[in-house]
Amino acid sequence: MSAKPKVAFYWCASCGGCEESVVDLAETILDVVAKVDIVLWPVAMDFKRKDVEAMPDGSILAALINGAIRSSEQEEMVRLLRRKSQIVIAYGACAHQGGIPGLGNQFSRSAMMKFAYEDSPSTQNPEHTHPMPEFADQGRLATLPTLWNVVRTLDQVIDVEYYLPGCPPTPKLLGQALEALLSGQAPPKGTVLAPDIALCEECPRKDTKPTDLAIREFKRPHLALVDPETCLLAQGFLCMGPATRGGCEAVCIRGNMPCSGCFGPTSRVRDQGAKMLSSVCSAIAATDDKEIQDIVNMIPDPVGTLYRYGLAASLLRRRADLQA
Amino acid sequence: MSHASESGPAATPPAQWEPRIVAFFCNWCTYTASDLAGVSRMKHAPNVRIIRVMCSGRVDPQFVLDAFARGADGVLIGGCHFGDCHYSEGNHKALRRVTMLRRVLADMGIEADRFRLEWISAAEGEKVKSVVNDMVAKVKALGPLGLPEHFKEWDREMEAMEGELVSKEVAHVG
Repeated sequence: MSAKPKVAFYWCASCGGCEESVVDLAETILDVVAKVDIVLWPVAMDFKRKDVEAMPDGSILAALINGAIRSSEQEEMVRLLRRKSQIVIAYGACAHQGGIPGLGNQFSRSAMMKFAYEDSPSTQNPEHTHPMPEFADQGRLATLPTLWNVVRTLDQVIDVEYYLPGCPPTPKLLGQALEALLSGQAPPKGTVLAPDIALCEECPRKDTKPTDLAIREFKRPHLALVDPETCLLAQGFLCMGPATRGGCEAVCIRGNMPCSGCFGPTSRVRDQGAKMLSSVCSAIAATDDKEIQDIVNMIPDPVGTLYRYGLAASLLRRRADLQA
Repeated sequence: MSHASESGPAATPPAQWEPRIVAFFCNWCTYTASDLAGVSRMKHAPNVRIIRVMCSGRVDPQFVLDAFARGADGVLIGGCHFGDCHYSEGNHKALRRVTMLRRVLADMGIEADRFRLEWISAAEGEKVKSVVNDMVAKVKALGPLGLPEHFKEWDREMEAMEGELVSKEVAHVG
């Protein structure tokens, strides 16, 4: 085998968008492949788990793992990759903060299974069939991975060196990260590989953000016309920019949609949702109890809005009254 | 704690459990009121750990969540009455944040009585006493929140896997 550094890509609880973003490197991916050997990439290449198991510990330079961790299989694979890799990168919002799957931490496993296999509008399941972790047939035992009760970020399961934020990370950030790793100029452990500034700082509408936002109502982008020039918060759309790390170059805002927070917080913030709550609520232009309540109630789902990608990584992690 | 002497150290926690409440009191009003309660020799339940902040508007919602995550059974914020804020509208900001935070806490399964905002002026030592006593009674009725214990319990599903993998690997190497 060549002496090129080895890189692994793996996916856990994710949508596949992160894989897409690797492909989005386009021609640049050829430069990457010229410099590294990809030893595992289930979405694109035919390497198996046993191939990874056969490698000596620490022989992979970097494993880029996307997706949250919510099943026994995912946990097993990331622990294996951890042992085999010198550097583990949590790739994308789900591995970094729990992402959309992390919102599952508002519900019990049984409630989620019941909805997915029985109650969802597109499901017909009169026999109440649910997947089972074990099934015996003709003397043979078939097994499936177990769904964990709790959705976790990657660093809640294994040690992680770096984070590439975003839903998904931009090809530019991935390219920069790979370049830094291959040149041996690795940043300190724990670094999020994106600028440590709030998104507002790089927002093209920054100059239209008033000092006092004076929010009198919250609008939802699918129910109102969005002015393409003005600060979205000033228009009453809950844009997560103030509490979200920059580095995406405001792609959503350039598409006239408010930031939904996928890059997670900056290094100065522990809990992105709480910080956004703090920022946006202080700007509500009401002093009367009832008036404040009415404005705040215009946000139908505060947890799903403020913690869209960050619930698993939040201070509370999961609904407190759920069983282990 | 008032009941500490009643039973020995080996007693089971539920019978002996006392709520822990973290209180953020603003320097200008509620903290001063709490001082007044003290010099007036008023007694209230000893379950409150008071943290002095310059203003109720300084209480970052992260402080509240962090207190719960580290084992607080309740969080109390005390600030100046409207019109009295030393920084003119810090207490208004506190109310706006608390209004939203209440909804978040409800959605996260934390009971409303565990989180309270009160306006207590520097002259209202008596109110500190009654608010604290009332809150302690309510939180006592709810029982422990115990988030650190929950976190440990939740993560037990992973410990099994850790042990299993190590044994697998030993078998593999052997």
